[in-house]
Amino acid sequence: MSTHRIAGKGRFDHGGPVRFTFDGKRYEGRRGDTIASALLAHGVHLMGRSFKYHRPRGPVCAGTEEPNALVETSRGKGRFEPNTRATAQELREGLEVRSQNRIGSLAFDLQAVNDLVHPLFSAGFYYKTFMWPRSFWDRVYEPVIRRAAGLGRAPDAPDPDRYAHRNLHTELLVIGAGPAGLAAALAAARAGAEVTLVDEHAEMGGALLSDPDVVIDGKPAWDWLAAALAELDRLGVRRLTRTTAIGYYHQNFVGLCQKLTDHLDEPPEGAPRERMWHVRAVRVILAQGALEKPLVFDGNDRPGVMLAGAAQTYLNRYGVLVGDTPAIVTSHDSAYHAAFDLADAGAKVAAIVDVRAAPGEGVLVEARRRGIEVLTSHTVTGTNGRLRVKSLRVAPVSGGRVGAARTIACDCVLMCGGWTPSLHLFSHTKGTLKWDEALDAFLPDRSAEECHIAGAGRGLWGYGAALADGAEIGVTAARALGLDAEAAAPVVERDRTGTGETFKELPTDGDAGRKRAFVDFQNDVTAKDIRLAVKEGMRSIEHVKRYTTNGMATDQGKMSNVNGLMIASDAVGKAPPQVGLTTFRPPYTPTTFGAFAGYHRGRHFEVTRRTPIDPWAEAHGAAFEPVSLWRRAWYFPKAGEDMDAAVARECAATRGSVGIFDASTLGKIEVQGPDAVEFMNRMYTNPWTKLGIGRARYGLLLGEDGYIRDDGVIGRLGEDLFHVTTTTGGAARVLNMMEDYIQTEWPDLKVWLTSTTEQWATVALNGPNARRVLEPLVEGQDLSAEAFPHMSVAECTVAGFPARLFRISFTGELGFEINVPARHGLALWEALMKEGERYDICPYGTETMHVLRAEKGFIIVGQDTDGTVTPDDAGLSWAIGKKKADFVGMRSLRRPDLVAEGRKQLVGLMTEDGDVKLDEGAQVVADPEQALPMKMIGHVTSSYYSAALGRHFAMALVEGGRDLEGRDVFVPTPEGIRRATVTTTAFYDPAGERLKV
Amino acid sequence: MLLIHCPYCDETLPEAEFAYAGEAHVDRPADPMALSDDEWAAFLFIRSNPKGVHAERWRHVHGCARFFNAERDTVTDAFVSTYRAGEPRPGTKCSAGAPAGDDMKVAAE
Amino acid sequence: MTRFSGMAVLKNALNGHKGWREQWPDSEPKKEYDVIIVGAGAHGLGAAYYLAQEHGITDVAVIDKGWLGGGNTGRNTTIIRSNYLYDESARMYDHALDLWEGLSQELNYNVMFSRRGVMMLAHNVHDVQSFQRHVHSNRLNGVDNRWLTPEEAKRFCPPLNISRDARYPVMGAALQMRAGTARHDAVAWGYARAAAARGVDIIQNCPVLAVRRGPDGAVEGVDTGKGFIRAKKVAISAAGHTSVVMQSADVRMPLESYPLQALVSEPVKPCFPCVVMSNAVHAYMSQSDKGELVIGSGTDQYVSYSQRGGLPLIEHTLAAICEVFPIFTRMRMLRKWGGIVDVTPDRSAIVGKTPVKGLYVNCGWGTGGFKATPGAAHTLAHTVARDEPHPINAPFTLERFTTGRLIDEAAAAAVAH
Repeated sequence: MSTHRIAGKGRFDHGGPVRFTFDGKRYEGRRGDTIASALLAHGVHLMGRSFKYHRPRGPVCAGTEEPNALVETSRGKGRFEPNTRATAQELREGLEVRSQNRIGSLAFDLQAVNDLVHPLFSAGFYYKTFMWPRSFWDRVYEPVIRRAAGLGRAPDAPDPDRYAHRNLHTELLVIGAGPAGLAAALAAARAGAEVTLVDEHAEMGGALLSDPDVVIDGKPAWDWLAAALAELDRLGVRRLTRTTAIGYYHQNFVGLCQKLTDHLDEPPEGAPRERMWHVRAVRVILAQGALEKPLVFDGNDRPGVMLAGAAQTYLNRYGVLVGDTPAIVTSHDSAYHAAFDLADAGAKVAAIVDVRAAPGEGVLVEARRRGIEVLTSHTVTGTNGRLRVKSLRVAPVSGGRVGAARTIACDCVLMCGGWTPSLHLFSHTKGTLKWDEALDAFLPDRSAEECHIAGAGRGLWGYGAALADGAEIGVTAARALGLDAEAAAPVVERDRTGTGETFKELPTDGDAGRKRAFVDFQNDVTAKDIRLAVKEGMRSIEHVKRYTTNGMATDQGKMSNVNGLMIASDAVGKAPPQVGLTTFRPPYTPTTFGAFAGYHRGRHFEVTRRTPIDPWAEAHGAAFEPVSLWRRAWYFPKAGEDMDAAVARECAATRGSVGIFDASTLGKIEVQGPDAVEFMNRMYTNPWTKLGIGRARYGLLLGEDGYIRDDGVIGRLGEDLFHVTTTTGGAARVLNMMEDYIQTEWPDLKVWLTSTTEQWATVALNGPNARRVLEPLVEGQDLSAEAFPHMSVAECTVAGFPARLFRISFTGELGFEINVPARHGLALWEALMKEGERYDICPYGTETMHVLRAEKGFIIVGQDTDGTVTPDDAGLSWAIGKKKADFVGMRSLRRPDLVAEGRKQLVGLMTEDGDVKLDEGAQVVADPEQALPMKMIGHVTSSYYSAALGRHFAMALVEGGRDLEGRDVFVPTPEGIRRATVTTTAFYDPAGERLKV
Repeated sequence: MLLIHCPYCDETLPEAEFAYAGEAHVDRPADPMALSDDEWAAFLFIRSNPKGVHAERWRHVHGCARFFNAERDTVTDAFVSTYRAGEPRPGTKCSAGAPAGDDMKVAAE
Repeated sequence: MTRFSGMAVLKNALNGHKGWREQWPDSEPKKEYDVIIVGAGAHGLGAAYYLAQEHGITDVAVIDKGWLGGGNTGRNTTIIRSNYLYDESARMYDHALDLWEGLSQELNYNVMFSRRGVMMLAHNVHDVQSFQRHVHSNRLNGVDNRWLTPEEAKRFCPPLNISRDARYPVMGAALQMRAGTARHDAVAWGYARAAAARGVDIIQNCPVLAVRRGPDGAVEGVDTGKGFIRAKKVAISAAGHTSVVMQSADVRMPLESYPLQALVSEPVKPCFPCVVMSNAVHAYMSQSDKGELVIGSGTDQYVSYSQRGGLPLIEHTLAAICEVFPIFTRMRMLRKWGGIVDVTPDRSAIVGKTPVKGLYVNCGWGTGGFKATPGAAHTLAHTVARDEPHPINAPFTLERFTTGRLIDEAAAAAVAH
């Protein structure tokens, strides 16, 4: 039974009910209701509990700025969410709503015990206690505090919903579709501008939705609104509702979050729940209006106490009378209109208590006409009622003295402490604000972006003023876009103009120290707390905010910032601007993580790069590992094999006969041009001038700081053409580095770079039978040792495909790397597999590649080096061209610390017991008996089991390591101290005999 | 997301297409081996890091792939100018009041 | 100084909180001090405290252009850990951790140091190698840090997704149990109150325009918005603004200032017991005592003092959070903010003397300065008082960029092969 629904009122169909539950109890609302309006229609005000004192609370607002009426909602598994604003969430069929932050029921919350001992919990009390005994903070006090804190419960299952992103370029973005925004959009669109208009509510119209009696251009407000929206549609304006401008970033980049399905009974299959729009606008008009401020008095937080404007919205927009006997407390004329509307709808207004001495004459006349008692120069000294306000104590104020109080019975209190221009987005742009003495408000000052502010956002009041300003600003924006435009301000009758004053907490009687006048409702910050903070030395508003938590609730200070500032500035004894305004920070309203993440979830979190041979590996049961953005085949387990078994088998097969490896991820760069040799000489440590055409060489690349950055085999295909390979992870970085030098340091060099990583598929064949497998498939190149020795490169045909064929080896076996155009990679692989059948060809992955190269002492940049390793440290001095005058990083190699004794050098480590594997990353010490902290002389960089050696072996970077050869060092591990002998890194076939075939 | 004018493409495009590449006009010395350790360290590591107009390099990496220079106010992030590699700095005055040339000392050493 | 205690809170609760006094006075500058510290963040205030407490130097001013604790101290994600790779770093951060453990009692101010454990996720073989190296090195340095399997990691942090199908599967984690978080503002306020009680002047809203040097090149004092203030020793602890201040003393720094963003969610009941960091996907997160999920993002790519930062970075950070913790997509971001971090070429700090006599510097903490606060402050105070570095900050010199003796934590994390 909706006890407070007024027939004929509201902007929706009073027919078809929408069913929902609140704390398990069934309710009916109407299509278009919010949770709050539907509950209020049933006379339910109690909707939440406050953060600290767990005081019973009802809605204060009718919009997204609500601090109190936060609830948990759910629509099935994974679709649970806490802290939903009951005042903004639209009803949908079957919506489950639950109150939060309570133990027991909402009406009897056991944690409300906090409220009884509230004097203990003054501002910053937790900084002053919970320190003894020392170990108790994180073991005892903190867990208790953490359980008491927080609002709703966190979701506990993965969210099945999707979230979308979309980009939009627009000439003019108008944020806020109240009177100013509508007028601006109309003016600009009529001039031919391409306009996007957004509003966070389900319907456009802003304040007009709550003020149907205003007459615009001779039409009732809602008729004018309908006509205006129709015209906007005709003019092609893109209109987005339920769309919040969350943040205003550089150069008119605005993030919009659009809610798409939360209001629907049955969301369409696969429809995104929310969409983040990335808007780049040529001009932006901010028409966000103003936010009504609460008044600060004892007991201003009881359920039933709400903003006057909110009550007016509930009545006119939702057809809900929030109470039968409202009392109004105000310092602004606007609340009178709320009183009139409620009275006209059948409420008995208990009184209008005006803090000011002289309200506007017009509203006084209207009040008298309706027989409403108006008490001017009065204050409120308290309220009564536990779960719903029952009465108000008011008293006259004269000359600063509070007179005798009287009690006024009521069932709701509608308050208005004036209006604050909504400048959040303007503040995101780092636009500056100035304090307006007359309005007691911050107004926009200097703008840092191409934006305009229209209407109440710059302190204008009344529909006539807002519409005229909107039209004017719309024209200004259109002209800035180079369009001809004329302003045509609508004519407004029955306007609701008025003025008001801003107050600190209202004067009171009795012991001010016992009064609890709330400033931040959600965080339970009272005027007293703010004064205490100031007394304790918090003189800047940022300090006050952080010390008291005023303004840090989920309404982001929309209800509390200005009131807090007025009180703090009074306590400090300085004008508000000297105390400062806290910075508004994005987002404008809390926004789901999902909306930010958008499509970038799961497989789409980041792209996965796959080689042309990847499908074969997947089909053949490869285990994969992520390497930078690539996924690479790690090993190919056979039934029952773990990684160690598979790798041992792959290693043995390769050394015994032939193995095949997908090396397509290696970076490849084509270096071409008359100065290619000179360029290579300058970039790489090695000399390149004498490298013959058809020959290849290991290349080492340093950073300008002298440390190893990358390496790879480089083949010379012509006088002016090099095929450069890089590490898998280094490809983009190396190309960028090369381009940097060519373009900015050596622009005179005639040389061009092309990334060919994805153009070539690369297959490595290694093992004594590698030539036998390859030979039948090659045309145009003799593969004999004489014609094609180790470190050769040739262009020929392999398996019918044009190929760049290298004879190189990263395993110490006879080896070839065949590059074919990527589209033929898989066919090449399959041809080689077929040809290799009779040699039991074995596909192997990155792990076997690592083992085989380590057995030869070949380094992996990034594993055996860490960005602090010089060529000499890595035993690669031989790769430095001795006669070179300069190359990238050469000068740094002469720096004192890089030539000092005792640098870490790459050596081999053989554990005393060959069955013992050292951890990669394990630390090496000379003296295992020393106390902690130990002097560490190095660490293990690579460690594997070698099938060829029949034991484990490792590489390590050890201080002065090469001089320690043959000596023992120690590796302390949690399992005990391991003794190991320092060796060279040539573990397998040190003379390289196996390449001589 | 900044909007950046590429002086090669002559188009103003979103930051996502560009990669920042550090302070501009820090030229690699012609003969590094002739430098003292201090001079070399200055080239490698010392940066002007001004609060005001900063001469810096960007690469239009997802476009023409060219490196170019820009002057940008580090207080507001607003671009003052962009110009091609090798062109002299337009010499815009810093918002902080210091002469712009100050930022370029390192390069010349 | 009114002593803080449970008893004092109770007494004041009964008397209407009449007994609390101002925690630090808002001082006007004198003409001269023994030591001036530029920057009233927790590092600078802490240095002033230790100068007074441990070195008996109380004629100290801490000067800030804004309000104390308003820079990176009040803008970070409050992670405290010491599981750094290199001996130099491990010692510095572990020294800080030792001080953190007694800080509330020492300052008589609850800074809420919460040892809830910091877990660093490994998402590929390279991460595993790198973090294992950290674990081994930390163990021998006496720094706690241990290796967890993915299953152990999930037990420690239930919201973690350890599915093998994840784009970046969790392959293990390094856990430092002694690590955790603290209440950032309280650190600044606690040091300010304790320093002020020992005679230190805290001068807010007073921009330092230049460091003035005498004819012999030595420091003479600082020019400020409130006039010239004389001092023979000046320590710069101005984070992102250090370059600018040092430039005025003709010292050019190996620093660049980048925007760094962080954010919090709406508060919820306890759901996240520890701190989790994932370098591979650039996400780190903890839950504050108030219930907010506190999330750190990366730096924007360009140098900036705007404290603004872009939307794409936040989107990437939250995508990473949703990837690692898929139950949080419906959580809402409440606010995000930006700080200015000063970054050195090797990502390690500079704490010590400068080429200018009487001028000291503490900077370059990059994205990790909060955890170092007591250690940096303590060793800076030692350096200023004795005119020579403490053994712990001795390696963190400016000269290392010339000699090449870098402390390259970033490089040690290195590049993927």
